[in-house]
Amino acid sequence: MRRTFLLEIVMIAVAVAFLFPVYTLVSLSLKDPAQISQSPLALPAPPTFANFTEAWTAAALGPSLVNSTVITVVSLVALIALGSFASYFLARVRTRLGYGLYVLFLLGIVLPFQLGMIPLYGLVNDLGLIGTHTGMILFYTGIQLPFTVFLYTGFIRALPREYAAAAQIDGASHFVAFTRVVFPLLRPITGTVLILNAVFIWNDFFTPLVYLGGSGYETVPVSVFAFVGQYVSQHGLVFAGLVLGAVPIVLVFLALQRYVIKGFASGLKG
Amino acid sequence: MTPLTASRARPARASRRRFSVTSPPWLFAAPALVVYAVVVLYPAVSGVVYAFTDWSGIGEDMSFVGLAQFRTLLGDEQAMGSIGNTLLLTVTIVVVQNAVGLLLALGVHARLKSRALLRVVFFAPVVVSPVMVAFLWKYIYNPDPSSGLNGLLGLRVDWLGDPSVALWSIAGMVVWQYAGYSMVIFLAGLEGVAPELHEAAMIDGAGTWQRFRYVTWPLLAPAVTINVMLSTIGGLKLFDQVFAATNGGPGYATETLSTVLYKQAFVFGKYGYSTAIALVLALFVAAVSLVQVYYFRNREVAA
Repeated sequence: MRRTFLLEIVMIAVAVAFLFPVYTLVSLSLKDPAQISQSPLALPAPPTFANFTEAWTAAALGPSLVNSTVITVVSLVALIALGSFASYFLARVRTRLGYGLYVLFLLGIVLPFQLGMIPLYGLVNDLGLIGTHTGMILFYTGIQLPFTVFLYTGFIRALPREYAAAAQIDGASHFVAFTRVVFPLLRPITGTVLILNAVFIWNDFFTPLVYLGGSGYETVPVSVFAFVGQYVSQHGLVFAGLVLGAVPIVLVFLALQRYVIKGFASGLKG
Repeated sequence: MTPLTASRARPARASRRRFSVTSPPWLFAAPALVVYAVVVLYPAVSGVVYAFTDWSGIGEDMSFVGLAQFRTLLGDEQAMGSIGNTLLLTVTIVVVQNAVGLLLALGVHARLKSRALLRVVFFAPVVVSPVMVAFLWKYIYNPDPSSGLNGLLGLRVDWLGDPSVALWSIAGMVVWQYAGYSMVIFLAGLEGVAPELHEAAMIDGAGTWQRFRYVTWPLLAPAVTINVMLSTIGGLKLFDQVFAATNGGPGYATETLSTVLYKQAFVFGKYGYSTAIALVLALFVAAVSLVQVYYFRNREVAA
């Protein structure tokens, strides 16, 4: 009893130290330049919200949030649709060619995307998709498919064939048996697929910087990057921008923290 | 007799065929395969080819130069330094992030009143964009003695401006962001250790350290493997944090493989050379990932 109490104190102290950067972030975002230069570590007294209103418009965060949301949501829908159908085939097919195809998909987990980065940029450019949502959605769907297929195929293999068989004996086609019977049974793994891919896509930086920079369709990390570059010396303003940029995903995390932590704790990466 | 058995067998086979379930059609995998081939396979294969050319990225004008790009790489101080930096960063991150993650997990695993809250606090940075975390830390690491980390600790260190410190500072911010990731994986491992095993060891007179060393630690082996793999791959590919915090500087002190290949491609337009560096990075990552995939396939069988 006494030992857990001591440990509790230690862990809370660690958490407080751990939160120092977050304290810095939030307190600076609430200070005016004079407060920042005179007392950088103190609490903001009095707090000002001027940084937030200015950062919101200067960083164009409204449009960026829309861009990030559209790209993330459509990519996730495409990943789940393409990934679950393909995995159902890959998990159930009994031919060598089918197994070879599964291995071909797994290869995509091993290949770092930098290897194909420049040829892919050329390809997307030739298709006229640089600086568009479609280009980014195509990119994320392709790049995250191997991981998605890996998760789904493993899960479907452990699922008895009888569910779909029963539906097919009742006259259902493969398509109906999968969409009506099998897919609802995949909910747990669909949750993991959603969470890991969503965090990856929402926060991804390198590719949207190269594909979307200066296009007016920037995602949140790219907009924040440009914003910080422009207002680099105005810490209060910059930090208000960082807070605004981070708040949406932190709120989603807090609302779904049990599932998010479970998804990450499975030990797989998006 | 013979016609009779044959006529009996026929409807039986026919009915079995009607009810036996075939494999799903290839069409189910076709759309995924097309997207995967266009976005991943074709560019990766081209990437490997370009690494052996002097392609400038514009037009069709290129010739095969064999291993010349790799010879250039061997003589390129910046690129070779970046390989050293990448490996040093990776090893540091793997060791420190997992040690911190394990300690946090052990702390949070105990029956604390605040355990649920602590878990959320330590994990939260994982979901935030690494670029934003880097900008925050860029300020925390500022050389001014009255603010940031210097102000807090009463130090006068130029965390990101001193070439002998900058790489460690980058490692520090990565560990801060991802220790919670290691923590949740270790926690999942700890939750799999049956309390009966600890009770049995306690009855046998084992102390806290002995119970950790001989009961908990061996059972954490899968979690250790996963954590080491994930942090190794993350370390090797590290780009966002470096790009936002130092852009490889001061000098080439924090240049990584990813920042060098980015600059060669998008600043200097040396696409052939850039893909050669990407191929080196790919070989590093592929070696580690192969072990990972192999490991998970085995675990899948065991499950």
